[in-house]
Amino acid sequence: MSDGAAPVLDVRGLTTVFHTRQGEIHAVSAVSFGLKRGEVLGVVGESGSGKSVTMMSLVGLLPTPPAEVRAGQVMLGTRDLLQMTPQDLSAVRGAKVGFVFQDPMTSLNPVFTVENQICEPLLRHMGLTKPQARARAVELLEMVGIPDAAKRVKYYPHQFSGGMRQRVMIAIALACEPDLLIADEPTTALDVTIQAQIIDLMKDLQKKLGMAIIWITHDLGVIAGIADRVMVMYGGQVVEHAPVDQIFHNPQHPYTRALLRTIPTITGQREARLSVIEGQPPIMTAPPTACPFGARCAHTFDRCDAENPQRRAVDGQAVGHGHDVACHWSAEARHA
Amino acid sequence: MREAVSDLVQVDGLKMYFPVYSGVLRRHSGDIKAVDDVSFTIRAGETLGLVGESGCGKSTLGRALLRLYEPTAGRVVIDGEDVALLRTEALRKKRPTMQMVFQDPQASLNPRMSLSSIIGEPLVEHTALSTAQRQERIYELMDQVGLNRRFANRFPHEFSGGQRQRIGIARALALNPKFIVCDEPIAALDVSIQAQVVNLLEDLQDKLGLTYLFISHDLSMVRHIADRVAVMYLGRIVELSPRDDLYARPLHPYAEALLSAVNEPDPVRARTRQRILLKGDLPSPANPPKGCNFCTRCPKVFARCLSEKPSLFQVEGGRQVACHLYDPAKPSAGSTGGFPHPKHLQQGVSE
Ligand SMILES: Nc1ncnc2c1ncn2[C@@H]1O[C@H](COP(=O)(O)OP(=O)(O)OP(=O)(O)O)[C@@H](O)[C@H]1O
Ligand SMILES: Nc1ncnc2c1ncn2[C@@H]1O[C@H](COP(=O)(O)OP(=O)(O)OP(=O)(O)O)[C@@H](O)[C@H]1O
Ligand SMILES: [Mg+2]
Ligand SMILES: [Mg+2]
Repeated sequence: MSDGAAPVLDVRGLTTVFHTRQGEIHAVSAVSFGLKRGEVLGVVGESGSGKSVTMMSLVGLLPTPPAEVRAGQVMLGTRDLLQMTPQDLSAVRGAKVGFVFQDPMTSLNPVFTVENQICEPLLRHMGLTKPQARARAVELLEMVGIPDAAKRVKYYPHQFSGGMRQRVMIAIALACEPDLLIADEPTTALDVTIQAQIIDLMKDLQKKLGMAIIWITHDLGVIAGIADRVMVMYGGQVVEHAPVDQIFHNPQHPYTRALLRTIPTITGQREARLSVIEGQPPIMTAPPTACPFGARCAHTFDRCDAENPQRRAVDGQAVGHGHDVACHWSAEARHA
Repeated sequence: MREAVSDLVQVDGLKMYFPVYSGVLRRHSGDIKAVDDVSFTIRAGETLGLVGESGCGKSTLGRALLRLYEPTAGRVVIDGEDVALLRTEALRKKRPTMQMVFQDPQASLNPRMSLSSIIGEPLVEHTALSTAQRQERIYELMDQVGLNRRFANRFPHEFSGGQRQRIGIARALALNPKFIVCDEPIAALDVSIQAQVVNLLEDLQDKLGLTYLFISHDLSMVRHIADRVAVMYLGRIVELSPRDDLYARPLHPYAEALLSAVNEPDPVRARTRQRILLKGDLPSPANPPKGCNFCTRCPKVFARCLSEKPSLFQVEGGRQVACHLYDPAKPSAGSTGGFPHPKHLQQGVSE
C-alpha cells in the first residue's frame, strides 16, 4: 500500500442530482476519493447522506432519469467509467467491480433459483461451462457460510433468511474475483459470528487477489476492524477523510465527533438513555452554499452560513491522502 | 416483584416447520424445522431481546407469534387470547394490538403508495379519524421517527435504506399497539438515528406500557434496550437470562462465543481482542443433530451431548439454559457456576 502504487479507483468531483416533482435533489455534491490495490475504504455517515447514491453513480446503477450524474470523473485503472457505453459498463460491473446492494431482496430475482443467479456471471464473464459454474456456485455459498449449500443452491430467495440472502449477494459479487468490491451495508443482517467470518473471508481475498474494497456501514465496530481509511459523509459531501486510527482517536469534524459519542458499547457503564445528534439533516434542494451540518453544530459561527467549507488537510498531507476535514471551525481552531 | 407483573405473551411448545418436497412427484420428504419447540413468556411492559445466528429462526418465530404464519404446533397467548385459535374477524380485530416491524423494509412497503398513504393505511382500516386528524397523526409519527414532513408525498424508491426502515416503524406504531415484534428495526440506520428510534421505543414503553420482542444481531443495542435476552440456535432457545447476567457471564457455550465476537468500535482494541471462533459445520435445520443442536460446533462438547437433547434447565437467578453442563439432576463439573476448562476441550479458541 505504498503511496507510489497506482490507484485502482480515482473519483473526482462526482455530483449526482435527482429530478423529482418537487424539483432537484442534490444527493451527491463534488465527492472525491481514491483507492489503491488491496486497500479497504470505510464509508460512514448519516442515513440519507448520499453513500449509496455515490457508489451506484460510480458504476451506472442509477436509473436516468430521475437520476443525473452531472459532473465528475471515475477512473477505474485508465478508463473513465462515466464515459463508457452502457454495454462496456455492464461488462465492467460483472467482471471487474462486484457490488453488494444494501437491500438484498430487491436485487435478487425472486423467480430464479439462487444457483441460476450465481452462475449467470460465471458463465458470462469467467468462461466456465455449466457444470463448472454449478460446482463453483456451491463452493461460493459454502465460502459465505451457508449450511447445506449443495441443497440450498436450488432454493429461491424467499426460502432464505434475511442474513442468508445477504450472503448470497456477497457470493454473487465475489464470483468473478473482482478488482474492486463495493459493499453497501453487506453485513447488517448478519449476527456477529457470521459477520466475523465474512470479514475474514474478505480480508483473505483482499490479500490473495489484491482486491480493493469500499465498505459502507453504520457499524463503527466493523469499520474499526476492517478499514484502512475512513470517509465520513454528510449532506451529500465528504466532511472528513482519514486513516482509521485518526478517525477514532483524533476526529476533527463536529459530525464525526458526535457520531462517535452515540455508540453504545458492550463493556463499561450502560447508559440510561442513548445520546443522539439533535435536529434533522438538510434536504439538499440546491447545490450547497453553506455548511450542511451548520444547523445542528455546536460550533457554528458566521462563516459556516456564508460559505460551504472545502476539504483541507489536517496533517500536512495532500487532501485525499492523509487526514482532511471540511469544516471552518476545526480548521480555525487548529490555526488559532 | 417480578411475579406480580402479568405475562402479556405466553409461548408454549411453538413449532414452525416448512415442508420440503422432493423428487418428480414432489413428495413431502422432510421439514425445515425453523422453530422447534420454543417456550417463553414476556411480561407486560418488558422488552425481550432475541439474538442468534443468521438463519436460526428469529424472524420465523416473530411471524409465527403474530400469526403471520400458521404455526405447526404450540400455543401463543397474547393478552389472554390464544392467537392460534382466532377466526378471521376476531384476528382482524386483534391485529391493531400486535404489530411487526419487518426486517426487509423494501419488500414490506408497497412501491405504488406514497409515504403518507403507507403510514395512514392502518389508520384508515382500523380507526374513525377524519382526514385532517389522520394527516396530523401521520405527521406526528413522521416526527417521532425523524422523517422530514416534506417527504410525505414521496414514494418508497425515493428514500435511502435507513429512511425506508423508519417508514416501517412509523406504520407499526400508528395504532398504538400493545405488543410489537421489532425484527432488526435499526439494522439499516446510522448510530444517531438508531439511538433516536431506540429512545422513542423506550419512551413509548414508559408512557404506554408497550411490550417488545426485539430481534437484533446488534448485541450492544440489545444490552441497552432489553430486560431479558433469549439466545437462539438452530430453531431452539439455548439460553434465556436477565440482561446483565448474560453479558457479565454467558452460561451457554454458544452465547459465550456470540458475545466474544462483538466488534469493538476501536481499531486498536479490535486488533488485539480474543474471539472464540466456532469451528465445525452449522447443521441444516432440515436435519438437526440427534443430540444437542450445538454439539457439532461446541468447544465443550462431551458424550452425552451427542445422544440427548438438553431441555431448558432452570438455573440460579431466574436464568434458563439448555446445556447438559447445567443439568441439576446430573451435575457435571460446570453446573456449580464456573466453566469447566479441561485442556482438550479448548479447541474452539483461536486467534
Ligand atoms: N430516486 C430518488 N429520488 C429522489 N431522491 C432520492 C432518490 N434516491 C435517493 N434519494 C435521496 O438521496 C439522498 C441520498 O440517498 P442514499 O440512498 O445515497 O443515502 P445513504 O447515505 O445510502 O443512506 P442510508 O444510510 O439510509 O442507506 C437521500 O436523501 C434520498 O432521500
Ligand atoms: N418460506 C420458507 N420456506 C422454507 N424455508 C424457510 C422459509 N422461511 C424461512 N426458512 C428457513 O427457516 C430458517 C430460519 O429462517 P429465519 O428467517 O427465521 O431466520 P433468522 O433467524 O431471522 O435469520 P436472519 O438473522 O438471517 O434474518 C432458515 O433456515 C430459512 O432458510
Ligand atoms: Mg444507503
Ligand atoms: Mg430474520
